[in-house]
Amino acid sequence: MIMKNWKVSQDELLLNGHVACQGCGGALAMRLALKALGKNTVITIPACCWTIISGDVLYHALKVPVFHTAFETAAITASGLKAGLRMKGKEDTTVMAWAGDGGTFDIGIQALSGAAERNEDIIYAVYDNEAYMNTGIQRSSATPWGAWTTTTPVRHPEDKPKKNIMEIMAAHGIPYAATATPAYPEDLIRKFKKAKEIKGMRFIHILAPCPPGWKIPSDISIKVARLAVQTGVFPLYEIENGKKYTINYLPPEKPPVVEYLKVQGRFKHLKEEDVELIQKMVDENLNNLLRKHELTHGTLENIPKPEFYK
Amino acid sequence: MSFKKVLTGNHAVSYGAMLSKVEVISAYPITPQTQVVELLSELVADGYLNAIFVTVESEHSAMSACIGASAAGARAFTATSAQGLALMHEMLHWAAGARLPIVMANINRAMAPPWSIWTEQNDSLSQRDTGWMQIYVESNQEVLDNIILSYKIAEQVYLPVMVVLDAFVLSHTSEPVEIYDQEKVDEFLPPYNPQYKIEPGNPIGYGALAAPDTYFEFRYKIQRAMENALDLFEKEGKLFGEIFGREYGLVEEYMMDDADYILVTTSTITSTAKVAIKKLRERGEKVGILKLRVVRPFPFEKLRHVLSGRKKVGVIDRNISFGHHGIFYQEIKSALYPMENRPPVFGYITGLGGRDVKVEDIIDIYEDLKKRETVEDIIWKGVKL
Ligand SMILES: Cc1ncc(C[n+]2csc(CCOP(=O)(O)OP(=O)(O)O)c2C)c(N)n1
Ligand SMILES: [Mg+2]
Repeated sequence: MIMKNWKVSQDELLLNGHVACQGCGGALAMRLALKALGKNTVITIPACCWTIISGDVLYHALKVPVFHTAFETAAITASGLKAGLRMKGKEDTTVMAWAGDGGTFDIGIQALSGAAERNEDIIYAVYDNEAYMNTGIQRSSATPWGAWTTTTPVRHPEDKPKKNIMEIMAAHGIPYAATATPAYPEDLIRKFKKAKEIKGMRFIHILAPCPPGWKIPSDISIKVARLAVQTGVFPLYEIENGKKYTINYLPPEKPPVVEYLKVQGRFKHLKEEDVELIQKMVDENLNNLLRKHELTHGTLENIPKPEFYK
Repeated sequence: MSFKKVLTGNHAVSYGAMLSKVEVISAYPITPQTQVVELLSELVADGYLNAIFVTVESEHSAMSACIGASAAGARAFTATSAQGLALMHEMLHWAAGARLPIVMANINRAMAPPWSIWTEQNDSLSQRDTGWMQIYVESNQEVLDNIILSYKIAEQVYLPVMVVLDAFVLSHTSEPVEIYDQEKVDEFLPPYNPQYKIEPGNPIGYGALAAPDTYFEFRYKIQRAMENALDLFEKEGKLFGEIFGREYGLVEEYMMDDADYILVTTSTITSTAKVAIKKLRERGEKVGILKLRVVRPFPFEKLRHVLSGRKKVGVIDRNISFGHHGIFYQEIKSALYPMENRPPVFGYITGLGGRDVKVEDIIDIYEDLKKRETVEDIIWKGVKL
């Protein structure tokens, strides 16, 4: 990271004293998201690690209000908050649902689909650590193929590909959907800023490394998230109105997916043929996405390939 | 000027919500509640009510939307029945635990399977311990009045209220209902202005993890709020009477003054029982009715007071706690237990799944009660054996 290019707000709305693990991608993502959204924001958080991170009931490590809600209700609680604030003349307040992958891809998808279909005027951010981490690393439908979790032990690792939540959201035709990760902070902040200015349902899918869940040392979570983007496992892109696809970043040369897998304990049982299969799936997904970008823009030439992220 | 309109129970709910100037409504259709939300969406669309109507994809979400809206300081309303109420269950705890004064109408309907759409109280009584206040009403006027009254009480103790009415017997039956002057309602029910709410610039976290050293007190405070609500029901019910001409208490006493035998009823069975009791009185029987209105908080003191010195009490339950007894029967027994000379209490279960309870049935129950020597906990009335 070249710090002289750091152009983001110095305001910290996530305070010291939160109780996230070291290297928690979810905590980093919140810190950055709030730099973009600012103080005129209210948040609702369903059951997930973030239930704990902001502090126990007598403390609060965020400089914005939070209403904690039930596991499957982030999208609808946010919709209710928005309706209430509108009736109280606070139309301009940003209402954000901040949920884990379990609360989004699985148990919360009904309320999320409802809110998306109604085009509720909320930002829905999912920090995706690819399992139920709060309850001790059980699989979710966001867990990638081949990964170990406590409910997909190495004898039976995850045998379904990760659910494509972005396509599900795009199918609702919502004004804005984007992927982001704290490894690309300026991209993440730009997306939250852009989302803030759009009216209607906005969805931001954040890949958030979890050191204990992914079995990585806490000091490499940014590196792992960066590898996810560079290998094409987690491309950074935006979908506007369910139709307009824009890839935000392509690495100048794409490292093989094994580079991403081999640094994580949750993949260490994988055999060579497993890695090959994952490479195939990743390539196919990325190609699909490239085709959609090309369909939107008529070219692939306009995809930025910033060197300094290498 | 107030005026009278012929309304179904469901539409009385809608007009009650309109007069209460609810600000956010979120509901999901279910028989026999649908007309409540249909009329409310029309009232909002036509500008009679300045509110946001959130057309959600489930009852679980309807309650969650009300929770979000109420947390932001808006007056929130919903209505449901049976399966819908059961689906809300988790969020009913949430509304009460978060101390949000949401008001909901629940149309009593029997739980499936087998499917039924007819009246029974097991749906609402299964939610008895969620921290919601519950009022069981008997007429369409009482429906409308108690929506307004509920907000008045809920917003003082920060607990939600469920107004409970019978499927079809009230929900789809028309009666003349007085719709009050909005100004008078405004005078009785001022705008909701909570002490604590989610507002930008005020960074408070609500409802995060409470360890054993803090959780207990949150629960203690809910119980205290319930207890405080008992007095409020009497005080506000009286004030309601002064302003609108209809007074409400925790219970309603009917021909009880000199009565040796008391039938305890709830909801519309009360009206049937009133006709029966008139006939019995003509025969010289000393019998009266005690209608339970407010069931949470439970009016222990009141019940002890009005039931003391009676010869026998018969509780009529349109509900059952499987493996135990009729639910109101249990509760009346528990209320009377500390009394020195408590009257014997008999439990009658009738009308499940909406089976009609007729005037003759009540007369039968009374005659059974009068002649029965030893206490029976469950006396089935009207079941085909
Ligand atoms: C209805 C319900 N079921 C189960 C739970 C238990 N639970 C709490 S958090 C959680 C997992 C959350 O996973 P995710 O949404 O991915 O967030 P993370 O913990 O990974 O941050 C589960 C299963 C719950 N709180 N509520
Ligand atoms: Mg997770």
